[in-house]
Amino acid sequence: MASSKPEEEAKPSRISRLRFKKKDMPGGLWMKCEGCTTTIYRKELEEKGMVCPKCRFHFTLPGPARIQATLDDGSWTELFADLTSLDRLNFVDSVPYAEKIERTVKRTGQNEALLCGTGEIQGRPVVLAVLDFRFLGGSMGEVVGEKIALAAETAQAQRLPLVFFTSSGGARMHEGMLSLMQMAKTCSALAELSDAGGLSICVMTNPTTGGVTASFASVCDLTLAEPGALIGFAGPRVIASTIRQELPPGFQRAEFLMEKGQLDAIVSREDLPGMLAKLIDYGTASWQEYAGRGRANAALKLLEDERQKAPGDSSPEQAVDGAS
Amino acid sequence: MSRPKKPDTNPAMAFERPIQEFEFQLSELEELAETTHLDISEEIVAMRQKIAMAIHETYADLSAWDQVNVARHPDRPVASDYIAQLFDDFVELHGDKMYGDDAAIVTGLASLNGRRFMLVGHRKGRTTKERLETNFGCAHPEGYRKALRKMRLAEKMGLPIVTFINTPGAYPGIGAEERGQSAAIAENILEMFRIKTPILTIVIGEGGSGGALGIGIGDRVLMMQYAYYSVISPEGCAAILWKDGARTAEAAEALKLTAPTLIELGIVDGMVPEPPGGAHRDRETAMQTMARVIPDHLDELAQIPVDELLSARREKFRRIGALADRFPVLTPQEPS
Repeated sequence: MASSKPEEEAKPSRISRLRFKKKDMPGGLWMKCEGCTTTIYRKELEEKGMVCPKCRFHFTLPGPARIQATLDDGSWTELFADLTSLDRLNFVDSVPYAEKIERTVKRTGQNEALLCGTGEIQGRPVVLAVLDFRFLGGSMGEVVGEKIALAAETAQAQRLPLVFFTSSGGARMHEGMLSLMQMAKTCSALAELSDAGGLSICVMTNPTTGGVTASFASVCDLTLAEPGALIGFAGPRVIASTIRQELPPGFQRAEFLMEKGQLDAIVSREDLPGMLAKLIDYGTASWQEYAGRGRANAALKLLEDERQKAPGDSSPEQAVDGAS
Repeated sequence: MSRPKKPDTNPAMAFERPIQEFEFQLSELEELAETTHLDISEEIVAMRQKIAMAIHETYADLSAWDQVNVARHPDRPVASDYIAQLFDDFVELHGDKMYGDDAAIVTGLASLNGRRFMLVGHRKGRTTKERLETNFGCAHPEGYRKALRKMRLAEKMGLPIVTFINTPGAYPGIGAEERGQSAAIAENILEMFRIKTPILTIVIGEGGSGGALGIGIGDRVLMMQYAYYSVISPEGCAAILWKDGARTAEAAEALKLTAPTLIELGIVDGMVPEPPGGAHRDRETAMQTMARVIPDHLDELAQIPVDELLSARREKFRRIGALADRFPVLTPQEPS
């Protein structure tokens, strides 16, 4: 991704306050509801927090909007925003993966599908990690996996609860086995956090499938979902074509999952901050004296370094060159 | 050496056609020698050499897609072959004690050359009936939960664990989703980081995505020479990215799913060599290799104190990906 370097230099700050723009919302002027197929005027939908006024279906929120809807105003500090994909397999389908990434970075204004940082939910400090479906379907590759692990380690180092919001198609196949192994990496970091007594909460939003559901999202202490969210291991089309049967109504929706015992609770978007704050209040006293294996301290040091880094410092790519 | 009576008609194995042709001719020569008592031993020797050459040439230059087909070959040794022919003893333990006994995963107490361990492996059948029973090696949540229960038992009994990965992927079906396929796999991955006993993982055939990883967190992860390990099947990848399910060869190439590349990427620790022409051509030799590899690795892992083992296991998977190199601060440190 050599061609992206000038843009990186042009960025004002590494830990920048995100600016939330309405144009980040997906789709055109009118949007069709996935739940009741009503066509809704977009502006009305945005005013209602992207929740269908008729059937209460919760549309997928872009990462920045999710952060805004969850955290107290002005409390967000983004972390590890620098990390960009490496395309180590030189993967090419219709377009080279590196080019795809570059375009997506430009379109979304963020380096990867996961936004991670610290902030406050109704006054409770947390580490927050949000998967953004606009960035290659919220898929998990090396960077997403690394940032999730770093988020868990930051939570451990700073003794903060960890909150995830997921919307993802699963592992990012452009990164091959490196993607699959992020399932292992994220679970390893969560095992570490959990052994230290840290609390983790995952809110699954529409849609959450594949390698994300089958890894970190499913091993958090608490699993919540937004109403109507599609949640599953395999996508409904794959299942339908495998079993050659029609799928039952409501299959793989949040309500179905809760009925089958897979979710702790379904919570409406407007109630989420309050619910998260309440859950955090119940769970704060569980920290153990736990030495860990040094990762959390390393993450802390990295955070410190990131804070001190002035704009215009050597980019990560240059750092590698220097190290080798 | 098992020899086909007529050339294989499996189109996926077309690249083996020259070898199969010679093998067929050899079987005819041998039959001729037996029935007519003609002395054609020279011709037979020459034909054997021809076969060896053809195997050498074909297998020296296998494409990724060819290799996927070798990994899927119906004659390739599967878990039940190792159990029946390699292990000195095997006591199968059934069931997850919650819901059912998934035939797609076999678990039990095994011994091999004086080493005892818990075997956890995907099971693929050889006959059509067996294949249907085992869902072609695609496990349900109860299979993963059975695996975890037996791994915990191994931990308690002080036995190491050997897992055999051989699955196209976890089963995508209604029941699997209802019973929490994702949660079962995720929990296995997380809990395997906590199991206080050595884990040796060997991909013996197909390493299909999350379904493979669900029993794939090992202190050592090995791959047989012609096995593959991939985030998605080449068919699935081609259908999604190229919108053309037929472009499997390109997808297989792009996914970098072979043992040498995965070793290079730091995902796999070592390769178990296969006999010339693949394990499906010579199961006996494949078994003999495994008879050395499994005890060797178990003996090495047994030397490592369990705390170090667990810490190294987490570190090994935590470090996969180039990012650790980009951020030197993230290299492991002593707890302070």
